[in-house]
Amino acid sequence: MLRQNWWKILSLVLLLYTFLAGFLGAVPALPILHETIRNLYFHVAMWFSMMIFFIVSVVSAVRYLRTMNPIFDLYSVEFAKSGIIFGLLGLSTGSIWARFTWGAFWSNDPKQLGAAIALLIYFAYLILRNAVTDTDKRARISAVYNIFAFAMLFPTIWIIPRLVDSLHPGGLGNPASFSEKDIDSRMRVVFWFGAVPGWALLGVWITSLRLRLDFLEQKNRSHG
Amino acid sequence: MDKTRYFLSLTLIFLLGLAARAQDTTAAHRPEMADAFRSNGKIFVVIAVLVTILLGLFLYVMRLDWKIRKLEQRSKK
Repeated sequence: MLRQNWWKILSLVLLLYTFLAGFLGAVPALPILHETIRNLYFHVAMWFSMMIFFIVSVVSAVRYLRTMNPIFDLYSVEFAKSGIIFGLLGLSTGSIWARFTWGAFWSNDPKQLGAAIALLIYFAYLILRNAVTDTDKRARISAVYNIFAFAMLFPTIWIIPRLVDSLHPGGLGNPASFSEKDIDSRMRVVFWFGAVPGWALLGVWITSLRLRLDFLEQKNRSHG
Repeated sequence: MDKTRYFLSLTLIFLLGLAARAQDTTAAHRPEMADAFRSNGKIFVVIAVLVTILLGLFLYVMRLDWKIRKLEQRSKK
């Protein structure tokens, strides 16, 4: 699977579709947003990809704890790293979008704060890993911490921004997140069948390259 | 004759003014979109640039993929 090519080409095709349909396709005309509503295909897709990578990461962490097979530790850390990269891209693109719709790069919106905290928790995951030199101990401690970091995604990203008033869709004052009020079926098709799988597959590809380098390094270390 | 012409042109001007005002209010109600920009065809330039960047980055990652594959084959021997 890691070395097959069809899904890499699929990723390119889906992203080409996203770029073409994302700019040429019709979108609802809404005040404040105007054409920036097209950011849905890019900014929001970053967060969905991040969530997919963190899910793969935590599943790998649990599998490591069950089997003690070091390959799952590598899967766990590389997918966490890709998730962090996509999360940072989501945070910075959202900040640019916010500047031109809400008026400021950062307005302490609960979802902005929650996403920043969630990413800081994942930064700590990488720091914790590097603090332990023994590989078995490092793998076990970071797998346990990974589960905690994943659990923290729920309050920080999914629950708290929905409980309080938020500028983001989905908050108290703005309950329509993916409803007909914000986007319509034309956008939903491009988002779910183009942007999310396209960006996620690109991330998986890059992660798979890092994993293959890790495997090579491990092999070299055990032979040399 | 002159009087009716004068009256007619006055009505026309008044109607034109009304039409202009009516257009003004509808334009104010419609959120501004880049319709003119796209009909001018200029957005295609941006899309062409973005697609070029996308293809370039994909080629770059593809080459990285090949290089790693070569390393893997070499370490297998």
